[in-house]
Amino acid sequence: MFLRPRDLVCQQAVELVTDYIEGALSRADRRRFESHLAGCPHCTEYLEQMRVTIQLSGRIEPDELPLEMRDELVALYRQWHADAG
Amino acid sequence: MTGPSGSIGDDELLGSLRAGDEEAFVTFVGRHNHSMLRIARSFVPSSAVAEEVVQDTWMAVVRGIGNFEGRSSLRSWLVGILVNRARSTGAREHRSEPVATNQPAVDACRFDEGGQWISPPQHFAQDVEDRVSAVELSQRIRSSLDGLPVRQRQVVMLRDIEGLNSKEVCDLLDISDGNQRILLHRGRSRLREELEAEFGKV
Repeated sequence: MFLRPRDLVCQQAVELVTDYIEGALSRADRRRFESHLAGCPHCTEYLEQMRVTIQLSGRIEPDELPLEMRDELVALYRQWHADAG
Repeated sequence: MTGPSGSIGDDELLGSLRAGDEEAFVTFVGRHNHSMLRIARSFVPSSAVAEEVVQDTWMAVVRGIGNFEGRSSLRSWLVGILVNRARSTGAREHRSEPVATNQPAVDACRFDEGGQWISPPQHFAQDVEDRVSAVELSQRIRSSLDGLPVRQRQVVMLRDIEGLNSKEVCDLLDISDGNQRILLHRGRSRLREELEAEFGKV
């Protein structure tokens, strides 16, 4: 495959993914990145996986709160409300 | 920005919290306590100290909720109190580690000499979320997070789990926007790699 000097290769493209998602690429770099993606299904897949990773992190389920800690905090809260009211 | 699914609910809870609604308080604590412990733990030397910091934070929150002005989201206010306390508590122990590393997003062995994929990313199985329960998936992500270097873990937790924006994270951690993005990039890349190892189709 013939590469023009300004073309990105995959190994460079994956390093730009976060800056791309964050909107931190210069206009020129964004164009290079997007034109790489347009011809590269693997890097397109890679970008999608980074997006899925972010989504899954955002949906992480909280663990059960230990009862003892819950009771202590509720007592504190009740006290605050009594004092405030 | 679109934060994690919990963030809208938090702001709706505010009225109930101010009114002394204990159920609302338990919901609020239950939602945040665990990730607060993890964030605190990344700043301080032991779990016991992290628990103290979180406990102190809840006390400050209870005392301050009446005066909370809602300029930021309830979540970022809460996380702000926590991080400031954890940072000052951990300041003596916490050595800042250098941000710039040459650790690549993807292992170099997956590319050929010209930088093209030899071993391209394996498509995640469509049914990841059907096959694996949300709780199990959460546990795996948590254990991947635990394996991250501390600064990466802090940035990923604050951005992607707590849903703070980049400016809030830079201010809280006292780092530049560029460094914040490098840490976020390294951390997310590692998480993706581990999800791929787990859920990529062979």
